[in-house]
Amino acid sequence: MAKMMYRDAVVSTIAEEMERDENVVCLGEDIVGGMGTPGGPEAIGGIWSTSTGLFGKFGADRVIDTPISESAIMGAAAGLALSGKRPIAELMFADFIGVSLDQIWNQIAKFRYMFGGKTKCPAVIRMAYGAGYNAAAQHSQAVHQILTGMPGLKVVMPTTPADVKGLLRTAIRDDDPVIFLEHKALYGVSGEVPDDPDYMIPFGHARLSRAGQDVTIVSTGLLLGFCEAVADKLAAEGIGCDVIDLRTTSPLDEETILDSVEVTGRLVVVDEAPPRCSLGADICALVAEKAFASLKAPPLSVNPPHTPIPFARELESAYLPSVDKIEAAVRKVLSYR
Amino acid sequence: MQLSREALLRAYRQMKVIREFEERLHVDIQTGEIAGFTHLYCGQEAVAVGVCEHLDNDDKIVSTHRGHGHCLAKGCDVNGMMKEIWGSRDGLCKGKGGSMHIADVDKGMLGANGIVGAGAPIAVGAGIAAKIDGKGKVAITFSGDGACNQGTTFEAMNMAVVTKAATIFVFENNHYSEHTGYQYAVGTSGDIASRAEAFGMKVWRGDGTDFFSVYETMREVLDYVRVPGNGPAAVEFDTERFFGHFEGDPQRYRGPGELDRIREMRDCLKNFRKSVTDAGLLEHSDLDALDAEVLEAIEESVRQAKAADRPTAEDVLTDVYISY
Repeated sequence: MAKMMYRDAVVSTIAEEMERDENVVCLGEDIVGGMGTPGGPEAIGGIWSTSTGLFGKFGADRVIDTPISESAIMGAAAGLALSGKRPIAELMFADFIGVSLDQIWNQIAKFRYMFGGKTKCPAVIRMAYGAGYNAAAQHSQAVHQILTGMPGLKVVMPTTPADVKGLLRTAIRDDDPVIFLEHKALYGVSGEVPDDPDYMIPFGHARLSRAGQDVTIVSTGLLLGFCEAVADKLAAEGIGCDVIDLRTTSPLDEETILDSVEVTGRLVVVDEAPPRCSLGADICALVAEKAFASLKAPPLSVNPPHTPIPFARELESAYLPSVDKIEAAVRKVLSYR
Repeated sequence: MQLSREALLRAYRQMKVIREFEERLHVDIQTGEIAGFTHLYCGQEAVAVGVCEHLDNDDKIVSTHRGHGHCLAKGCDVNGMMKEIWGSRDGLCKGKGGSMHIADVDKGMLGANGIVGAGAPIAVGAGIAAKIDGKGKVAITFSGDGACNQGTTFEAMNMAVVTKAATIFVFENNHYSEHTGYQYAVGTSGDIASRAEAFGMKVWRGDGTDFFSVYETMREVLDYVRVPGNGPAAVEFDTERFFGHFEGDPQRYRGPGELDRIREMRDCLKNFRKSVTDAGLLEHSDLDALDAEVLEAIEESVRQAKAADRPTAEDVLTDVYISY
């Protein structure tokens, strides 16, 4: 096991897969950086340092720096995928899906079904999402609820460096389109990562990060760490929490959620996206439908308010679900009788 | 004229297949048996065939909202096409795509498109793949005078130039984007090719109602783009659309006598017949025999489509990654 940062797990996995399969190509804005400037290529290596060194190793045919043209990037990924390549397209900020949505939603997501199952579209679309940088309303959003609602896309949200490694490898080797959501506030987090060059995590398998009998907490990404802090605090009081990291929102690991709730009878979903039509609403509905008899309290969802994401530090902190808000929600379902 | 007798007969047959396929659809749609929206390509056959006759299955095309002609010209099976449009279970896309979304990747046909202007970026990706593979293959995107006004087309042209993609932008100016004239909607006084020039591309122009003009122009374009390192190119063909935007469109925006005039003067099939018979390359009897053969083939495709299995409710859930 090697210890590495989340961002290094991204770039090392891409490099390993490009080494393994010559059909894997990368494209995106400034993934090389410095093209056409006096400083020259590799002056940047990706604004998240998630493509550092790839250009030098694999060259301009396989590491394609693009103009700022999100529709063209996603369309090119579609065309590459239909032509036998395995593109990894980077959308610098997840917020930019709006600019390129037709290519993601009406093209890439629909080819296999619409063309009668005769077409593969092995495209990975990586994007940095989430709050935590005071980047405000157009550079901080969690977009998984929009993309998870689109049939034809698999949606992956790794929380740990090990999950980045295992899930990104699965995404790149998958014959279908995968949205790979990297939380920008997790890029600098370190963790142990398996060395096995074929280490893969199958989609639709959640990870239990804390085990307990009293309440089920479901989350993913940055907020999972907040949930773990709450679980650790409550453990000292003798309250046991199952903390489930979904890892993929589509496919969704219904079984792990339902099995847990059948034991605990109490559910809190913690989600970084806005409340209406959210992951929280979806999982609460799932549990109400399929595990109603096990419930000892109404399921709760903890979300940001239904507002755009504010800029100032104090406002962004108030916007995001905090450890305190999550703890209050957990205590609320525990106190219900 | 460098085409062999065999090549001439084949080109005529391909154009005639598109014409009769669609003339038959035009009739059958009125019975209400065919569901959904259908956009006919009749009148533009010389473009699809004049382009695709130069291509093999490893060259890719990305088609448009008006895609039947491109599909047939690229070698999609006539019976599979007809069944797809009729929504049959063994249509080319199992009845899941329909008229607007037919694809056959094995034939290098990467899809018609329900979204006007969506194809050009996809063709850039296919053109980058062709460049990487270095075998002199190309990707062609067809765009009409409507699609040429979409931002995607502009992004795609710039990105193709930047990445030196082996992509050819074929603009088919049929004078109408939906129900609006190109003189109004294309801001460069209707000149589409000059836009590609502005992006730094080498540009050609041709008469899209004349098969030989299209064929010879495309030979030059392809000779250029197939050379590794040359990057993309563009070509604009002036052509005609015989039917409305969609089937059922009464075409009130057309001028008096306009349709009769273009059917009389600018019908690519009539023009082809005249030029090859005037030049003594083929006899009317050769073409008449082909006409009869094609009519029978289309009749057979309709018979098959009507008799084909219909999809069942279970088929809704196949060819998806995840079913909830």
